[in-house]
Amino acid sequence: MGQTFAQKVIARHAGRVTVLAGEIVFLKPDLLLSHDNTAAIIGKISNELAQYGVFDPNRHIIVLDHVVPAADEKSAINHARIREYVKQFHIPHFYDVGQGVCHQIMMEKGHVQPGLLILGSDSHTCTYGAANAFATGIDRTEAAALILTGETWLKVPQTIKIELSGRLAPNVTAKDLVLSIIGDLGADGANYYSVEYHGKVGALSMDDRMTIANMGVEMGAKNSVFPFDKVTQDYLVRNKTGLELFETVWADADCEYSHSFTYDMRTQVPVVAMPHKVDKVVPVSIVEGQKIDQCLIGTCTNGRLADFAQAASILKGKKVAPTCRLLLLPASRTVLQQALDSGIMQTLIDAGGILLPPGCGPCLGAHQGVLAPGEVCLSTSNRNFKGRMGCADAEIFLASPLTVATSALYGEIRDPRNERSDKT
Amino acid sequence: MKVWRYGDDVNTDMLFPGRYTYTCSTVEEIIPHLLEDLDPEFAANVCSGDILLAGSNFGCGSSREQPALGLKAVGIQAVIAKSFARIFYRAAINQGLFLIECPEAVDAYSDGADINIDFQGVIRINDVPYTFPPLPDEIRTIRQAGGLLPYIRRKLEKERGQ
Repeated sequence: MGQTFAQKVIARHAGRVTVLAGEIVFLKPDLLLSHDNTAAIIGKISNELAQYGVFDPNRHIIVLDHVVPAADEKSAINHARIREYVKQFHIPHFYDVGQGVCHQIMMEKGHVQPGLLILGSDSHTCTYGAANAFATGIDRTEAAALILTGETWLKVPQTIKIELSGRLAPNVTAKDLVLSIIGDLGADGANYYSVEYHGKVGALSMDDRMTIANMGVEMGAKNSVFPFDKVTQDYLVRNKTGLELFETVWADADCEYSHSFTYDMRTQVPVVAMPHKVDKVVPVSIVEGQKIDQCLIGTCTNGRLADFAQAASILKGKKVAPTCRLLLLPASRTVLQQALDSGIMQTLIDAGGILLPPGCGPCLGAHQGVLAPGEVCLSTSNRNFKGRMGCADAEIFLASPLTVATSALYGEIRDPRNERSDKT
Repeated sequence: MKVWRYGDDVNTDMLFPGRYTYTCSTVEEIIPHLLEDLDPEFAANVCSGDILLAGSNFGCGSSREQPALGLKAVGIQAVIAKSFARIFYRAAINQGLFLIECPEAVDAYSDGADINIDFQGVIRINDVPYTFPPLPDEIRTIRQAGGLLPYIRRKLEKERGQ
C-alpha cells in the first residue's frame, strides 16, 4: 500500500520509513511561524527562555501583521516586546510592521519550500501547501513549547483527494472554486483530514493555489496541498529560492484515500458565502441586489497582484458607488509595489478605493474598517463569522475579487459575468 | 452544576471575539469576554464544574487559544461535543481542558437530565451509559502533567538539568 503526501512528509520528519494514519508521532518541524501573538507566546515562557534559550533561532520566523501599524498602546507594547525578543535571541528572520501578511511573506521570501513541515500559530498556515509543503496551524502554547524544544506531536491524518478537471471560465476564479468545495463538503467536511489536489492543477496559477490552500482550514482541513510542477518551480525561482536543495513529495498512486471528490472547473460559477458561515455558499445570482456598505479586496486569501489586476479590469475608468466604501489591502509590500509599478493601484484609487497598509487590517476586526451594527460588508477574505469584522450585528459576505469589484460599483451584490470589463 | 448547550459550528469568534485577541491574553482579561457574541449570560453565570455541550465542529476557525484557556480557567469540567475542530482540540489538550467527542451523548441529553462524567470513559445521562474512547497514551501524559507547558518544563529539567 502506497503512502499519502501527509504520511510521507510526517514519516520523513519523524525519522521513519512509513507511518500509519491515526498514529501519533513526535517530530521536529522545519519552521515555526508566529506573528503579533509572539508577545503572548514568549510571555508564557520568559523564565524558561532565560534559562534554556531558543531551541533554534533560525527556525522561528516572525512577521508583525495583525494589528499594524499598532492601533493602540497595548498593541504597540506587544510589538516592542517582540522586537526585544528578536534582538536578545538573535532571530534572523524577523519582518517588522509594513512588510505584509505572514503567509504571503513566508511564500514570497522563500521560507516555504516543497517537502518542508511547517507549523504556525495562525490557522491559515495551511496556505503553504500551494508550494508543496505540509503546513498547519497550532495554538500559542504549542508555539511556546516549540520555541524551547523544537519538537511536538502530530497525529497522522487520513486524506481526502480532490481531482480537478477542465479550466475555469472567464470571470470565475479560484475563490469561487474553493468556496464551492467548502459549500459542498461543509465547514467540518475535512476536519482532521489532509486534502490533496490532483488532476488539472496546471490550469491554476500560484496565486490561485494559495487562495485555495489558504481556505483549507475553512473546511476543517489539517493541511491542503498541491503537487510540485512547473508553476511551483517558476514561482520558487522568481522568488530566488529553489536554489537550495529540496525534495518534492507527492502521494503514491496506490495510496488510500478516505474520500475522493471530482470538480470540473468548467462548470463553476461565481458564488458568495452568506453570513455567518463560510459553508453557506450560493451562486452570486441568488443574492444579486443585496445592499452593501463596505467592500474589502485583499488579505492573505485574495490580496495578491492577480487579485488587484482582476479588480482593476472591472473598475478602470469607473467609480465606486457613493454609498459604498472600497478598502484595498495588499498582502505584502512587494504586492503593493507591483500594483503601483503596473498602474493597477492607481486605477483602483481613481475608482475610489482606500488603500490600507499591507497586513491583516480589517479582516479580524481589530481596526481599520470596523463595521457598524446593521452594516453589510462584501469581502475577499476567508471568514464571515458573526463579529469577525469587529461588530456582532454586522453581516459579512465572502466572494472573489471580481465579484467584490463589480458589486462596489453598484453598492449592491452583482454578478461579475454581467459587467463589461476592461482588461488592463 | 449547569449544562450550557449550543449547536453546530460554534466558532472561535463566538467563543472569544477577534476584536480582543491582541489585547487580552491573561485569564483575568479573557474571562469577561468568553462566549460574548454567542451567549451574553455565560461569562457572568458560569460556575466551576459546569459542562458545555455542543454539536459538531466545536471551536472551528482561528488558532486563538483564549477559548480553551478561558473555559479551563472558569472550571468547565468538560466540553462534550459531536466533534471538535482540530486546532481547538490541540489547544484544549495543551491547556488541560477536558474534551469528549461523543455524538450519542449529545443527542441523548435533554434539558434537566442528570449527567455524570466518569473520566475513565463513560458519560451517564439519567443512568444510561455512553462510552467514549480514552485519550492516546502520549496525549494523556501531557494532560496528566497539567498541560503542555508543565510537561515541557519537566522534560527540559530532566534533559538539561537545572
